[in-house]
Amino acid sequence: MSKIVVENHEIVIPGDLIAEGEYRYGEGVVKRGKEYYSTLVGLFQDKGDFIQVKALKGKYIPRPGDLVIGKIIEVGLTSWIVNIGAPYSAILIANNATEKRFDPVKDDTRRIFDVGDIILTKIASFDRTRDPSILTNERGLGKLRGGRLIEIEAAHIPRVIGKKGTMINMVKRLTRTQIITGQNGRIWVQGKKVEDELKAIEVIRKIELEAHTQGLTDRIRDMLSNSQ
Amino acid sequence: MGEKYILSEIEKDYIISLLEQNKRIDGRGLDQFRDIKIETDLVQKAEGSAVIEVGKTKLIVGVKATLGSPFPDTPDTGVITTSAELSPIASPFFESGPPSEAAIELARVTDRAIRESHCIDLPKLCVIPGKSVWILFIDFYILNHDGNLFDAATLAAIAALATTKIPKVKLLEDEEVEILEELEPLTIKHYPVSVTNYKIGKFHIVDANQKEDRVSDTRITFGFDEEDHVVSLQKGKKGVYSPKEIEQLVKDSLKVSKNLRKELMKALSK
Amino acid sequence: MAGDGIVQLIDEKGKRLDGRSVDELRPIEIKIGVIENADGSAEIRMGKNIIIAAVYGPRELHPKHRALPNEALIQCFYRMSTFSVNDRKSPAPSRREKEISMVISSALTSVVLTEKFPRTTIDVYLQVLQADGGTRCASLTAASVALADAGVPMRGLISSVATGLVNDKVILDLYDIEDQKGSGDVPIGYSPILDEVSLIQLDGVFTVDQFVEALNLGVKGANEIYEIQKKALKQKYTSIRAEVAVEPKVEPKEEPKIEPKVESKVEPKEEPKEEPPKKEQSE
Repeated sequence: MSKIVVENHEIVIPGDLIAEGEYRYGEGVVKRGKEYYSTLVGLFQDKGDFIQVKALKGKYIPRPGDLVIGKIIEVGLTSWIVNIGAPYSAILIANNATEKRFDPVKDDTRRIFDVGDIILTKIASFDRTRDPSILTNERGLGKLRGGRLIEIEAAHIPRVIGKKGTMINMVKRLTRTQIITGQNGRIWVQGKKVEDELKAIEVIRKIELEAHTQGLTDRIRDMLSNSQ
Repeated sequence: MGEKYILSEIEKDYIISLLEQNKRIDGRGLDQFRDIKIETDLVQKAEGSAVIEVGKTKLIVGVKATLGSPFPDTPDTGVITTSAELSPIASPFFESGPPSEAAIELARVTDRAIRESHCIDLPKLCVIPGKSVWILFIDFYILNHDGNLFDAATLAAIAALATTKIPKVKLLEDEEVEILEELEPLTIKHYPVSVTNYKIGKFHIVDANQKEDRVSDTRITFGFDEEDHVVSLQKGKKGVYSPKEIEQLVKDSLKVSKNLRKELMKALSK
Repeated sequence: MAGDGIVQLIDEKGKRLDGRSVDELRPIEIKIGVIENADGSAEIRMGKNIIIAAVYGPRELHPKHRALPNEALIQCFYRMSTFSVNDRKSPAPSRREKEISMVISSALTSVVLTEKFPRTTIDVYLQVLQADGGTRCASLTAASVALADAGVPMRGLISSVATGLVNDKVILDLYDIEDQKGSGDVPIGYSPILDEVSLIQLDGVFTVDQFVEALNLGVKGANEIYEIQKKALKQKYTSIRAEVAVEPKVEPKEEPKIEPKVESKVEPKEEPKEEPPKKEQSE
């Protein structure tokens, strides 16, 4: 007899019993015998025959293909070590950094990226036995200049983006800013005026704080329209 | 543990470009402190204690008193000894282990303000000259590091000392000392306060947060008492000041110190 | 320990020196998110104990050779502030602190899904600001909450309390003087949902029956503490939900509804009810 014992969108904690019977399950759930338990503080999500607990906080876990914003922390002869806000540092090897082939005799890694540089990059590969490897040799990737960098919980990035980008596009339009969101929770904002940048950041922080509530899109729209 | 702190160029440039417009990343003025919250007497087992929050910087100081031998060259005064710990609980950039240079500097600079200002009436802490005096241990633990540990520590130390109560003593025959149950407050003669300035480019700011601290290459800390005396001074980091800068800074810092002392006295009057 | 040397810690009516009955916990408060820089944190007050737990991780472990290939390492650093006890404690970590760090790490390792983060470390810092008996238990309770706050996946929370033996009675949640002057002390770390004991130690002289009684009393106490931990973790989010639900919305541009007229009934006059006397909150 399959049974879900908590309500959809209820806040659960590690160890809470959430269902009994036969279900497919995802993030934040562990199965013991015929019972399913939450392993996280998060939002229970009931998707019919699929259940999961969406985390409200936690470190970013790299997934191949993710767009992330990284910070160069070490420069080597043919590679860089990059902080991507995950439990593991990422490696960027020279041949994945530039479109042109890297020549260790002529080229100097420090001239491409130096310690402290902020880069928009993509996770190339990641498995549990090695540190994630990243690349910047695709269009649109590379060093970010100017603007402002903030960090929010990676778990709330989908809410900041919204369904098909509706939330983030609304914020960009109404604050007249350029915004790039990294899956790792780092967000880069650039506007022509400081007030616009600060407004965009204020709105993003509110989204983060209230990500687990209903009616957020309306409240954010009101917040942006009221300050026009 | 002990990750290296790397400030990105985007962050550095942003801080500096805002300064050129007389602004800071959190909207404060260059001579403005963050919100200060002081709570005293949290730790009942300590003779005195204070928890302070300056913005997100949070630290706790405890005062313990024991009877012990005085220093041979000051046989009839009490002893104060200050220590600080920058443990990794407060930041991913702290390492565990014996006190680091930064911890030692923090302890010594705070100690200087307390000692040089004659904040505590040390002769009053003498019980039997040459044999028995009160020893005050002033121990700091940083709980969350977001810059300006010096000023936060000094404020907290004075708040703790001003609310410290030590047992009364009775002298028996044979130079024995009986420690009574009744407590009495320490006699505080002066209320020193410190103001630390950080130099970023050609700008000087007070109460730097962690990021501003990282961008700056020089800092200078002034300790003042309530009678406008300079009671301590420490320049730190690898940059330099011109004498004119220092002259201006001491005057500006004195002004800032008065507001800080107001916050301190407000917390003590509760 | 026999004869006149025994301190009377429980009176004839079964009341302890601080007024509690033998199976009563001290008042407990748990606050989440007290250390901004940490990935998760909690402050616990349990009687006079005041302890802060801060979690950093999962993060990289240095030196790399100490890392475990298939799971995360859990490192615990339990430290007592010098001013946390009556006689100032020396700042250097003692052997007792190291041992406590070890048993807490082991307990936490049993519930954390460490295989999800190979080659990393999860560092748990426990700073005791004031100690009054049972600090390792209060620390473990706070550490569990801090790990949950950090988003570290776990099979369940651990709730911890010490039971003991004073004047031949088994009691719950020893405080300082009972710890010092009693005949035994059993700190227990227990996970209610899993029904698992992940930490247990014993100091003192118990008969087997007394020990079993102490164990069961500890489990009962842990169940009560679990409810407090759960409430603290959920509170952070449910309170925000409650706040936004009452946020004044910008006026909708709809036509105001026209209320249908209702016959006003004449209400019989009610006698004002007497308020029952408010119970003392013992949390």
